Formats: sequence, structure tokens, C-alpha cells
Amino acid sequence: MGAWRVLRALACTLVGIYLIAPLAIVLVISFSSASFLRFPPPGYSLRWYANLMNDPAWLDAIGVSLQVLLPTAFLSTALGTAAAYALVRGRIRGGGLIGAFLLTPMVVPSIITAAGLYMLYRWLGLNGTLPGLVIGHVVVTLPYVVATVGSALRSMDPRLEAAASVLGATPFAAFRRITLPLLAPAVLSSLLFAMVLSFDELIISLFVGSARMRTVPVQMWSNIRGDFDPTVAAIASLCFLVALIALGCEALLRRRNGEKE
Amino acid sequence: MTQPTAGALLELSGVRKRYGQQVAVDDVSLALREGEFLTFLGPSGSGKTTTLMMVAGLQQPDAGSIILRGKAVDRLPPYKRDIGMVFQHYALFPHMTVRRNIAFPLEMRGTPKAEASRLVDEALAMVGLPHHGERLPRELSGGQQQRVALARAMVYRPALLLMDEPLGALDKSLREQLQLEIKRLHRERRMSVLYVTHDQSEALTMSDRIAVFNDGRIEQIGAPADLYERPASRFVAGFVGETNFLTGEALGRDGNGARVSLAGVAMPVSDRFLATPGSRVSVAVRPERVRLSTTGEGVPAELVDLIYLGNARRFVLRLAGGAEWTALMQADAAEASEIEPGQTVRVSWQGMHATAFPM
Ligand SMILES: Nc1ncnc2c1ncn2[C@@H]1O[C@H](COP(=O)(O)OP(=O)(O)O)[C@@H](O)[C@H]1O
Ligand SMILES: [Mg+2]
Repeated sequence: MGAWRVLRALACTLVGIYLIAPLAIVLVISFSSASFLRFPPPGYSLRWYANLMNDPAWLDAIGVSLQVLLPTAFLSTALGTAAAYALVRGRIRGGGLIGAFLLTPMVVPSIITAAGLYMLYRWLGLNGTLPGLVIGHVVVTLPYVVATVGSALRSMDPRLEAAASVLGATPFAAFRRITLPLLAPAVLSSLLFAMVLSFDELIISLFVGSARMRTVPVQMWSNIRGDFDPTVAAIASLCFLVALIALGCEALLRRRNGEKE
Repeated sequence: MTQPTAGALLELSGVRKRYGQQVAVDDVSLALREGEFLTFLGPSGSGKTTTLMMVAGLQQPDAGSIILRGKAVDRLPPYKRDIGMVFQHYALFPHMTVRRNIAFPLEMRGTPKAEASRLVDEALAMVGLPHHGERLPRELSGGQQQRVALARAMVYRPALLLMDEPLGALDKSLREQLQLEIKRLHRERRMSVLYVTHDQSEALTMSDRIAVFNDGRIEQIGAPADLYERPASRFVAGFVGETNFLTGEALGRDGNGARVSLAGVAMPVSDRFLATPGSRVSVAVRPERVRLSTTGEGVPAELVDLIYLGNARRFVLRLAGGAEWTALMQADAAEASEIEPGQTVRVSWQGMHATAFPM
């Protein structure tokens, strides 16, 4: 019995270390004083963070990422919520097929989606434009919104909407007063998740972006391929921090809602 | 187009509904009078909820017509029907306080704030929850949630109230208490009520009339006493109240009414159904109408058990042929009979209390 327990604890610890080690190494290197990647670093400094803040290429990339991420998250959440509602509650002929189709970007390798978008954009003249990037990011984040909101809708008692209707609520009033508030946690968590996904997205941005339209991951990618210094580790650590904050918000939201539910 | 029945608030004629291959409601016709308490009684899956949903506008009938206040409502969405409804599991809005739940229908009707607030207070008082307005539904017990659902369905004074097994999830004493309250509210508010239950004793105590559902059809519709004393089918006899059944052979009529041969003994039955002599029939007799004697005419039976019920006694009998029957006797009559378990007795009844259903 005892031996089994020790073994289990050991296994969990090892898996934990395996998962965290890369992050920890990146985090440590971002504070390195050396201008080459070495672990453990010979000394510590904030010079790579300073470098990040002074390098217009990185600042531009952060700007582009934010310009893409915000409209992407809102568009994707609004469209995804509407689509999920129509698919789950509406009586649409071929709804299952449409639902599966909406989810394809989740399973199709993103390089295929990216290549397809690139060719389509060439024709539409959208390559290297902000709308082009936003549309591309909406395509890849939408499936997550549809899945999250759809599953929340499916677990919501449809009798609540029926009750609202009998009590005198028009379909719109019932959606606004009953369905939407009950879906709020799922909608907000989709919004956060879409932001994180968009901020993290590389392949689409690589294909449909341009030298002037570079998101943070694209900038990281090109930096790594050139002579790369610990600035990448600094930005990676910042990304990690942002993701952590988003996850924290999500958990808080869930907690608050769990108390209300 | 059928002519509306005079005084009817709601009229269904020839209503049908199927889900895929499954026929849920099959040719249902009925009229609900102004101020009437009409109950749908039937086993689970017999189409009660579906019928109620069609009245509310939450399901569309495949055929037939529904006339509400003299107008066909085929194309009228639920929110324009002005009907109150209490759902099977209450369907309270979990994110709204009790007050806001009850105020919801008033808000949807654009009732002015002050007036709405007064009506909500009144509704809370009516269901005995004056101090629970600020709670969330999940902070209430089942019985309290049921009351909130009732308050929400009545606060806008709909002329018609639908209730789908509203007491199904509650324990017995709470059920009985709320049954009385619902009856009181029905009386005071002079509402018309369509009530759904699968509990026959609840139906008998609460209703002006009962519609017995079976397999998507109405088997019989009538006052509780009609159903109990003069069931129209073997199903109704078995479903409403307790009934003993015995299979026999129709003998035809004589001067005193119809007769049936049961275990070789000619026994009297009412002549409500005319069965051709020689055909098989199922004879139904209520336990309280069964007479036991040690001598004289009747179907021979053995007394298997005698159950003490305080004010009454239940005799468990095995009739010749094997059928198990029960007889119910008031305490003093039972003591006077001096019948002991193991004894052989004669089972008889008055012809008017036995019905022979064709099989
Ligand atoms: N939404 C539905 N989809 C398919 N079948 C249904 C649906 N609702 C009810 N049914 C079927 O219709 C029949 C009647 O159901 P219902 O009206 O709920 O009966 P009751 O309320 O008397 O229990 C049942 O056989 C049930 O399985
Ligand atoms: Mg039902």
C-alpha cells in the first residue's frame, strides 16, 4: 500500500516537472545577463526586458497582436454564440452537418487552413491587412466558442425558455433575460479563451501577415530563426504571464458562478 | 370548423400530435368551462404533457383545432396566449431572486413598477412566502419553489392556469397541504385550471371533472363520482380507484338485469354494457361493494388474510379460479361478520355495483 502511494507521488511529481520545466527554463533565461542562451545563466539582469521595451520591432508586434486579438475575440464570441444558439435551439435542417463544418478548423491542420486563406486572400487582396488577420483568427477561434457555448446551452434546461415564453416573453426578450445571463459564464470564458488563442496563433499570422503586419508569435518565430538572444525568452515569459492572468480570470469567474449555481 | 361550446374557455377538437413514428396525442377533444378545474389523469407517457404543451403553444398540433376564448390559436405564439403555467419541475429562473421571478411576467406586460411591486407582494403573501422575496430559487425547499412557481403563474391573473404534475416531487403531507391551497386559490380567484397528474387520489380530491388519458386518447371524461361509479372502460375501472376483476361469460338478461357466469356461478351485473350471451367479459367490483357471507349465494372464495386498518378491515380473498380479490369493510361490520382467515366464504354483490366489460 505504502509503496504504491510513494510510486504514485513520484509519478505525479515527474509529470509535473516535465510539464513545467520548459516554462521554468524560459523564465530563468529571460533574466539572464548573458547575450547567448545558456542554462543556468552566468548572471541575472533585466536587460532583455529593457531590450524588448526599446525595440520598435517588438513594440510593433505587440501593437499588432492587440489590434488583432481584441476584434477577433469579440467577433468570434458574438458569431460563435449566435451560431451555437441557432444550432442547439433552432430546428435547422442539416444542423448537425453545419455544426461539424464549423468545427473543422479545430481538426484540420492549421497549415492547411492558413494556405487556403492565403490563396483566397491573394484573390481578395486581404493579405497583409488587419481585417485579413482578424478574419483568419476568427476562423480558428470560432470552433472553440461554438463548442463552449454550445455545450453550456445543451446543459441548460430548455424549459426555462419555454416558461419565459408562456409568461409573456417574446423570443428576443427570453434570449436576453433568460438565456444570455445563464450563458454569461460560458460566453465570457469563450471571450478570454479566444483572446489567448489569438495572441498565441502563429501559422495563420505567418501566412496572411506581412513584414509590417507581424504579430508577437511571428516576431518570435523570425527572431528564433535569426541570431536569437534571450529577448525571445523575455517576451515568452510575458506571454506566459498574460495566459496565467487569463486563466486566473476564468477560474475566478467559474468560482463566482459555482457559488451562484 | 366546429361550433364553439357555449361557456367554454378552451376547446380542443380532434387534436393529434406525433413525434416521428410515436403518436403522442391521438384525437383528443374536450371543452374546459369557465372557472372549471379539469384534471388530466393517466399513466406516464399517455400524452398529458403533450396536450398541455399544445394548449400553451409550446407544441404545434398536427391536426385538429384549439379554440381559446372563442378564437382559434393555431398561429398564436405562447407569449400572446395569456395563459399561466406551472411546469413539472417548476422551471424557476435560477439567476433571478424570487421577487424577480414573480415580477417577470408583469415586466413582460409592461406593468408599471409600483403596481408590479404591489402585485408581487400580494402574490408572495398569497402563497405564504412573504419574507422570501430576496432569496434565489436554489435557496428554497421543493415545496417553497413550488409555491413560487404558482405565484409566478398567477400574478398576472391569467384566465387559464395549466399545471403539469406540480406536486409530483413533494412528499405526501406537503402534497396534501398544497392540494388544499391550490383548491383554495382556484376558488378565490375563479380561475379555470387544467391540472395534470398520474395520481388518481389527487385527481379525485381536486377536480370538478377528470379526463382519463390512455395511450394518447381520452378514455373517459366526467365528474370524479362518474368515473368511480360508472367507469366507461376496463382501463378506467382499473386506473381510478381500486377494483377487483374477474373474467367470466355473459349469460344475457333476466327480469332483474344482466347476469354473468363466474366460476360456474350466475352473478348479477349492471346492464350498462350489452354483451352477447356466451362472450367473455371482465367483471369489475369495488372492494367496498364486495359482500362476504358464510352461507347463501355467491362465488366461493378462501379468506387468505385479514388486514387491520384501524377504522376498517381489508379481507384478502382467493376466488375459485385463482383471482385475488380484496373486500373492504367498516370495523363494526367486519367484527360482526366473524370470518377468520382460512375459512371458505361466498363473495357476492348487488348487480348495480358490478360492471361487465366486454373483452
Ligand atoms: N419531445 C418529444 N420527442 C419525442 N417523443 C416525445 C416527446 N415528448 C413526448 N414524447 C412521447 O410522447 C408520448 C406522450 O408523452 P407525454 O405527453 O410526455 O406523456 P405524459 O405527460 O402523459 O407522461 C410518450 O410516448 C413520449 O415518449
Ligand atoms: Mg408528463
